[in-house]
Amino acid sequence: MSPTLIQHALLLSLALFAIGVVGVFLRRNVITVFMCIELMLNAGNLAFIAFSRAWGNLEGQVLVFFVLTVAAAEAAVGLAIIISIHRHKDTLDVDAFNLMKW
Amino acid sequence: MSIALFQAILFYVFGALALGAALVMVAQRNPTYSAFALIVTLVSLSAVFGLLGSPFIAALQIIVYAGAIMVLFLFVLMLLNVRTEVRAPGEGRVFKLVAIGFGALLVGEIGSVLVAARPALAGGFDASARQVARLLFETQYLYVFEATSILILASLVGAIALAKRDPSP
Repeated sequence: MSPTLIQHALLLSLALFAIGVVGVFLRRNVITVFMCIELMLNAGNLAFIAFSRAWGNLEGQVLVFFVLTVAAAEAAVGLAIIISIHRHKDTLDVDAFNLMKW
Repeated sequence: MSIALFQAILFYVFGALALGAALVMVAQRNPTYSAFALIVTLVSLSAVFGLLGSPFIAALQIIVYAGAIMVLFLFVLMLLNVRTEVRAPGEGRVFKLVAIGFGALLVGEIGSVLVAARPALAGGFDASARQVARLLFETQYLYVFEATSILILASLVGAIALAKRDPSP
């Protein structure tokens, strides 16, 4: 374990977050967009863990614990909303969900 | 072979696996394959967490993400009978350029900070379940922990209410 490894963990976290952002723009299936958001949350978790290891501070681990909890709640409610929308629109294409579009 | 070298090799192997699977997930048009690629990413990230000295979070990652959240995703994918994304005529190129532009901007901004930073490495680091639980339950985080249980309960009720079929027709 060396400081370079920590830095590379942070760079990995950055790459995963950027891939998640690109995926949110690129993909049009709403479930895939949702999975990209989960990927971004995980990239954030990786950064928390890396910083926690770097400074020897356990609060980063506690924050990851809360992020996991919120991600689980978010996934449950989000997927329920997706099921509900699919029932009305019969599609999962994000371009079809334009009811609130100006 | 020394332990440190072995750890470094494992770190890069699992890091590359996570990165590759994430790329597959974003490039893939079939959402079911995307979900499987995301599972590979999450499990590899769990290994990376373990190598960074956080066994508790590594176990939690497998149980909560790979075990619960991804099963929920796959369940919904199969419930809704999702088809492969079809290419929309004409408008794909602009979105692709915007997406890659934003990604490059993000990598440039945060990367310049990260490359300049020189992270330290604390000695005597112990993130076992015992130490994390001590911090979680014996400090101010206890109240936040209790609040998350209310959040989980609220989302449970909300999910059932949202996904329920209307009984009227």
